[in-house]
Amino acid sequence: MSIFVDENTKVVYQGLTGNQGRYYGMLNREYGTQVVAGTNPKKAGTNVEGIPIFASVAEAVQSTGANASCVFIPAPGVRNAVLEAAEGGVKLIVVITEGVPMHDEAYFFNKLAADYPDVQLLGPNCPGIISPGKANIGITATHITKPDGPVGIVSRSGTLTYQALYELTEKNIGCTTCVGIGGDPVPGTSFIDCLAAFEQDPDTKAVMMIGEIGGSAEEEAAEFIAAHLTKPVVAYVAGVTAPAGKKMGHAGAIVSGGKGTAKAKMEALASAGVQIGQSPSEAGDLIAEVVAKL
Amino acid sequence: MDLFEYQGKEFFASYNMPTSDGVAVTSVDAAVEAATQLGTPVMVKAQVHTGGRGKAGGVKFAADLDAVCTHATNILGLNIRGHIVEHLWIEKASDIAEEYYASFTLDRSAKKHLGMLSAEGGVEIEAVAERNPDAIAKIWVDPVTGLDAQQCRQWVLAAKLNPEVTDQTVDLLLKLYRAYTDGDADLVEINPLIVTPSGKVHVLDAKVTLDANADFRQNLAPYDVTQPRDAREAAAHAKGLQYVGLEGSVGLIANGAGLAMSTVDVVNQVGGQPANFLDIGGGADADVMTGAMEVINNDPNVKAIFINIFGGITRCDEVANGIIEAVKRVHITSPIVIRLDGTNSAIAWKLLDPYLGDRLILSSTMLEGARLAVDLAKGNSR
Repeated sequence: MSIFVDENTKVVYQGLTGNQGRYYGMLNREYGTQVVAGTNPKKAGTNVEGIPIFASVAEAVQSTGANASCVFIPAPGVRNAVLEAAEGGVKLIVVITEGVPMHDEAYFFNKLAADYPDVQLLGPNCPGIISPGKANIGITATHITKPDGPVGIVSRSGTLTYQALYELTEKNIGCTTCVGIGGDPVPGTSFIDCLAAFEQDPDTKAVMMIGEIGGSAEEEAAEFIAAHLTKPVVAYVAGVTAPAGKKMGHAGAIVSGGKGTAKAKMEALASAGVQIGQSPSEAGDLIAEVVAKL
Repeated sequence: MDLFEYQGKEFFASYNMPTSDGVAVTSVDAAVEAATQLGTPVMVKAQVHTGGRGKAGGVKFAADLDAVCTHATNILGLNIRGHIVEHLWIEKASDIAEEYYASFTLDRSAKKHLGMLSAEGGVEIEAVAERNPDAIAKIWVDPVTGLDAQQCRQWVLAAKLNPEVTDQTVDLLLKLYRAYTDGDADLVEINPLIVTPSGKVHVLDAKVTLDANADFRQNLAPYDVTQPRDAREAAAHAKGLQYVGLEGSVGLIANGAGLAMSTVDVVNQVGGQPANFLDIGGGADADVMTGAMEVINNDPNVKAIFINIFGGITRCDEVANGIIEAVKRVHITSPIVIRLDGTNSAIAWKLLDPYLGDRLILSSTMLEGARLAVDLAKGNSR
């Protein structure tokens, strides 16, 4: 099994008519994802390589039965796109776009939590989600993934997610689902959401978690792992040597006032029984040892 | 984007909050002229993006114009925690009866906005939090519903300020919240928020960080004044690259913040010293790659370059073309180690093949690439 997406997930792409949306929408379809619709109010009634374009997500849902959306809309339009998707009736919204203002993220996260509690938001500023062999929503490179479990992956960083997948595939270890939750200040899906879902998924036998400096998401995950996870977890945290007060690319990745250091995060995770790799490769070696013992 | 105090006050004033009259200057003559115009006494305040200005001698009271001249001369050029003072804010001096603290920022755990208010202002809020956490009244505001006057009043009462200024404080905090949300700020902080002997609530200092992602709907240009920064960072910034200058000899180029951070870690781990953090971002093409290599090449400390790319949204063949283009356009002085995996990596390797040699080396893993680059930076040949 997999979490959040599988071969039955039907996806509408908001921004399918744009460069990035079209490129990755087609790649996702080639992979086997059910790419059933695109939206663009100005191009409703047309199609992109056979995929029908609708004026709104609601119309796309009505005509195609789409139950997920993938957002490739430029940052200024993301707030409305997310609200439109939730109102339109999809249950999963994956926002790839980076550079969304913090106040927009805080607004639509809380709006969805209050009015659409059964909608799962992933991102913004994330690579998306892949259940290898079943569906890929977003920009994850598929040739580095291997299907049929037993490892679930959750990561705050895009390229480190690929690195993690690559480490596993090199060792001939499959993955149930790989979720990139993104590096922004208000991620729609948290480590905890993914850990809880992996715990429930019978095919996931171990979890690989990739964190980075800034905020306290890893510390919160550590508490959750200690209290609720029966499956082994291996973690890597990027930014051990990051200087304080400097934003390391991601809006969320900053050590400030002595808080959010990689060291504190690794200590919290280790005390929850998580095995810590000092590099992505070391984390890969650790997960291989865990899998060998399953 | 961090604002200087005077920019923060302009920002607050545009939301009708009470601030002092003042003038931003960059020379001693202009400081004296400003003080003449405002009328003494004035405060002479260093404008730098760091705290601890007072302790470093960057904030002085000037009773007359001679004192303005002396203080301005001393403060301009002063080094405050690594920041050289180029701007001064000359402000009409205020009489102070009480000092409070007020701020709004995002609470990332709660995913709500957090307001903090304290009757113990004028000192670092972290110190108050440690010594007497009960002295800080906190309010969590839902971004959807916002802050209403009733909630705000309860919050002010909880902070146990002077009851005579409750109404004024409620009014000011509602404006502060509006500045925070409508102005797309990541942080708005007033420390101290003062009460004058005549009972007026007044903004005496301003710390504001604006969200650069909101530049499509905010006019951020006036706040982007030239500021002393690392020359390498300035060059990278001009090319739109995410760059942080470090002290070592291994120049790094990676795609994605996480991988770039991890590359810094791994280079340290194998005994090297990174010269920088550099994220070329998603979808980086030949131009971006060339720009990144120019920035690294211009850093005299760099003895070897490690390019660590994993292609997701970035296509490895475009990166390869960028590297080839860069070595043709610019004389790269250091040997380059390249690790390229992911989308179109096989095409990329083929493209690079004719150029490989002692100066351009392809590595199969991140760890091996880091080791090789560190070795080359130490002057060992391959």
